[in-house]
Amino acid sequence: MTTSTETIERLASQEYKFGFVTEVEQETIPPGLSEDVIRLISAKKNEPEWMLDWRLEAYRGWLKMSEPTWANIHYEPIDYQAITYYAAPKSAADGPKSLDEVDPELLRTYEKLGIPLREQEMLAGVAVDAVFDSVSVATTFKAKLAELGIIFCSMSEAIQNHPELVRKYLGMVVPRRDNFFAALNSAVFSDGSFVYVPKGVRCPMELSTYFRINAMNTGQFERTLIVADEGSYVIYLEGCTAPMRDEHQLHAAVVELVAHDDAQIKYSTVQNWYPGDKDGKGGIYNFVTKRGLCAGRRSKISWTQVETGSAITWKYPSCILRGDGSVGEFYSVALTNNYQQADTGTKMIHVGKNTTSTIVSKGISAGRGQNTYRGQVKIMKNADNARNFSQCDSMLIGDQCGAHTFPYIDVQNPTARMEHEASTSKIGEDQIFYCNSRGIDTEDAVSMIVNGFCKEVFRELPMEFAVEAQKLLEVSLEGSVG
Amino acid sequence: MRPIEIGSKLYAMLSIKNLKVEVEGKEILQGIDLEVGRGEVHAIMGPNGSGKSTLAQVLAGREEYEVTGGSVIYEGHDLLELPPEERAREGLFLAFQYPVEIPGVSNTYFLKAALNAIRKHRGEKEIDAVDFLKLVREKMKLVKMDESLLNRPVNDGFSGGEKKRNEIFHMAVLDPKLAVLDETDSGLDIDALRIVADGVNAMRSPERAFIVITHYQRLLTYIVPDVVHVMVGGRIVRSGGKELALELEEKGYAWLEQTVTGAAAAVGA
Repeated sequence: MTTSTETIERLASQEYKFGFVTEVEQETIPPGLSEDVIRLISAKKNEPEWMLDWRLEAYRGWLKMSEPTWANIHYEPIDYQAITYYAAPKSAADGPKSLDEVDPELLRTYEKLGIPLREQEMLAGVAVDAVFDSVSVATTFKAKLAELGIIFCSMSEAIQNHPELVRKYLGMVVPRRDNFFAALNSAVFSDGSFVYVPKGVRCPMELSTYFRINAMNTGQFERTLIVADEGSYVIYLEGCTAPMRDEHQLHAAVVELVAHDDAQIKYSTVQNWYPGDKDGKGGIYNFVTKRGLCAGRRSKISWTQVETGSAITWKYPSCILRGDGSVGEFYSVALTNNYQQADTGTKMIHVGKNTTSTIVSKGISAGRGQNTYRGQVKIMKNADNARNFSQCDSMLIGDQCGAHTFPYIDVQNPTARMEHEASTSKIGEDQIFYCNSRGIDTEDAVSMIVNGFCKEVFRELPMEFAVEAQKLLEVSLEGSVG
Repeated sequence: MRPIEIGSKLYAMLSIKNLKVEVEGKEILQGIDLEVGRGEVHAIMGPNGSGKSTLAQVLAGREEYEVTGGSVIYEGHDLLELPPEERAREGLFLAFQYPVEIPGVSNTYFLKAALNAIRKHRGEKEIDAVDFLKLVREKMKLVKMDESLLNRPVNDGFSGGEKKRNEIFHMAVLDPKLAVLDETDSGLDIDALRIVADGVNAMRSPERAFIVITHYQRLLTYIVPDVVHVMVGGRIVRSGGKELALELEEKGYAWLEQTVTGAAAAVGA
């Protein structure tokens, strides 16, 4: 085991000791959404007046909006008055008492992913008696970051302790009324992460180690904000390859990134929420708004995502390339198996001169999965010499799944250079037979071929994440070939 | 022929009896009989469409081909009962006429997975990285393959000749008991042909058998067979020594085709 895995294991084995959500009581409010509910949420979190006003403004906007219907996804209508918008973190006593009480199917998946036992317990929500003194590990990290002036805390903490930064940046990239789900999130967001990297600082570690624990507390309406000041650099890893116990069906997260002059943000996600069962029952509806603003000159924002979970994925991590010479990247693997549906892609909005964007999307459909790539490249009038390269590849496994591609290209400046490549392939009987004829069985052959197909994206992931992502694909593809 | 002993019975390494195969309702193999013993090299020649490649694919276990009759015993196993990966693990190797590209999967990664699957089947432990690299380097020399092909994706962007050499390279690393080479010579220039033939000859041993499928006699001047079979219309119409290949080179396949049509007409009457 690598040191970082051990660290994670140790961190994971403790319970909310240095938790981000602190002064909340163990209670839940009745389902439904109203101004009173939002006031209550804000009061529970002891938020300042401006934050409450911000939420209310979002809510009033949301009331006038309607759920978007343009995506290539189909689901039962969501009853927004049936959702509980505030729930304090579950107390340990509510969870299963031991792994014996946890769904064996979930445990089998953990096993396959090689998740350490302690971490399995945490992910499954087992009441763990934490005896390790891992607080010190966390504190060491925090101290090291603080020394460099890096702020890394929960959104709730940031609102309390860094109100000037939150007020300045929150909603800058994804305005409160940007879209239906973003407005909902703005009104009721539960928690999330806040990162500020000061001028000229290169964050010495990938900001991930805490996250497996943070994720427990963020709830269904996650809000994350990352600001990289001039010349700074940060890598942020979101998510976890192991599925987590989760009772919420609707997730509506918002992530905003801001990169100033010469700053770089690399944001990687592995999304493996519950996809529903083999017959398409249950599963998470994941409606996410992620957007980065390359505000400064020569700034760079890079999104990498591996999406294998959720019954429905609606997600378009985007870049607004405002600074001259700024760079936006989007690398994506989206896999749908059984009855999963994904409508995902990106938007690259070129505003500044000499801006460059790269899109590499790999969609894999198996079972009855439906996979849609939807991407927009927009070159604005003043964006001289903008360049875009897009590559969208789809792979089909079996004959009951679907792959769809909707590229939108809008060029308002004649100096733009655009390249678009697209391909759709059926995983070849030829390829599988070739592997078989060398002694490799079909399941291994499929995972090998799919991993090969995704290679261009995986190599953008940090090493350890990449290895986990490969394993995850293997597990997610199980049973997709007869 | 050196038969192998299983129980009290003696078998050839490969024994094909009256094998009949259909593809989409059309009978491609119309009753093949063939016995191959250890250490032997058999050449199968014949015109296009005679069923040579079908035979190779059926031996390797391709599903699209429906076996409608006959039997294939390989090393005491009912070969037709084994899935293709099991056949490979039991030491059967097919060098493809059209090697398949697997983008994004490096040649070494692929080979290592294959070798370990075979080793696991034999109850051996996985080969470690150092030993594997040593083995691979040694076998590359055999086919004079460029080292850069190791880390490139399997057959992806390889030239025709590189693909064929890569097949022989795979064969050398996987060390099969019975290797079926399906038109490995097609598309090769004379230098590449010689390199491939040298690789095969270096692997000839009393323990290993080869079935070399080819359209041309050319390859057989480099890989000298023990037995030559001629396939026409889904049947082996003639078998003989290596001199049969020369005779074919001279006369073409036409005279044998006529013999077959004549025979069929006689049966029909």
